[in-house]
Amino acid sequence: MEGVWGRLFILKLIFSIQGGDFTHAGHPSSEVKKVLKQLDIDGKTIKNIVIALYEAEVNVVAHAWRGTVDVEIDESKITILVSDEGPGIPDIEQAMQAGFSTASKQVREMGFGAGMGLPNMKKNTDELYIESEVGKGTTVKMVNNFS
Amino acid sequence: MKLKEIAAVLNANISCGADKLDEEVEMGYSSDLMSDVLTLDTDNLVLLTGMVNLQAIRTAEMADIRAIVFVRNKKANQPMLDLAKENGMCILESPYSLFKSSGLLFQAGLKPIY
Ligand SMILES: Nc1ncnc2c1ncn2[C@@H]1O[C@H](COP(=O)(O)OP(=O)(O)OP(=O)(O)O)[C@@H](O)[C@H]1O
Ligand SMILES: [Mg+2]
Repeated sequence: MEGVWGRLFILKLIFSIQGGDFTHAGHPSSEVKKVLKQLDIDGKTIKNIVIALYEAEVNVVAHAWRGTVDVEIDESKITILVSDEGPGIPDIEQAMQAGFSTASKQVREMGFGAGMGLPNMKKNTDELYIESEVGKGTTVKMVNNFS
Repeated sequence: MKLKEIAAVLNANISCGADKLDEEVEMGYSSDLMSDVLTLDTDNLVLLTGMVNLQAIRTAEMADIRAIVFVRNKKANQPMLDLAKENGMCILESPYSLFKSSGLLFQAGLKPIY
């Protein structure tokens, strides 16, 4: 809804993620879930969003050194940017294939590393963009529209 | 199936959510791989797993799974139980293997997702 004051509301949330820190992975997703519930977004949409965000968080923890989560919510959609400093993804098309994984033994011992995360993020979002530079890091942008 | 029936069949200890035992779940899913659990479209299910860590609880939180059975006699630690409680989950701990637990619940009428 556009009025004299522009968009009805914009809500921003920012979190940081530490590479290797599985204990705190999921905190941003958990907070976003609470906010979306308060905004009365339907359950299926919330589940799609937090699953995709949790996958992205776990990827930073599992594959990168550190990262940030920037969330912007307005009345029609949620836009999430997960950017990390890390090794980057040399071949994004290959990484998007179900089953492709370079996860370490330690990551697999935590119950991850099946190469399902990126395809699952694709499935759970309306828009997914990945940019990556080898040796620098990766940025994932996800958009979900509220129905 | 009521959660209390599941607990009885699996000879399970109820370490969180004793007030939820009258809730019904229709389906079960067994996996140690959280990557897989995150791809499920169903949510009214009980997750059976031997992956006993905080990520299992987080995964259930994101996937709207309200009950978890930890198998092979593994115990949830306090941070896990705190997170489960915060999310209103029921946590059961069974002495049986993942195979035996799944088999017993299947036999008792709990449905698979696929
Ligand atoms: N943020 C990232 N930084 C560097 N590499 C990444 C990043 N995200 C994904 N990758 C690469 O892409 C691969 C596939 O990622 P994907 O999330 O699909 O699977 P996974 O993380 O290996 O396992 P799962 O997500 O099933 O637990 C990873 O194994 C890794 O090589
Ligand atoms: Mg992943």
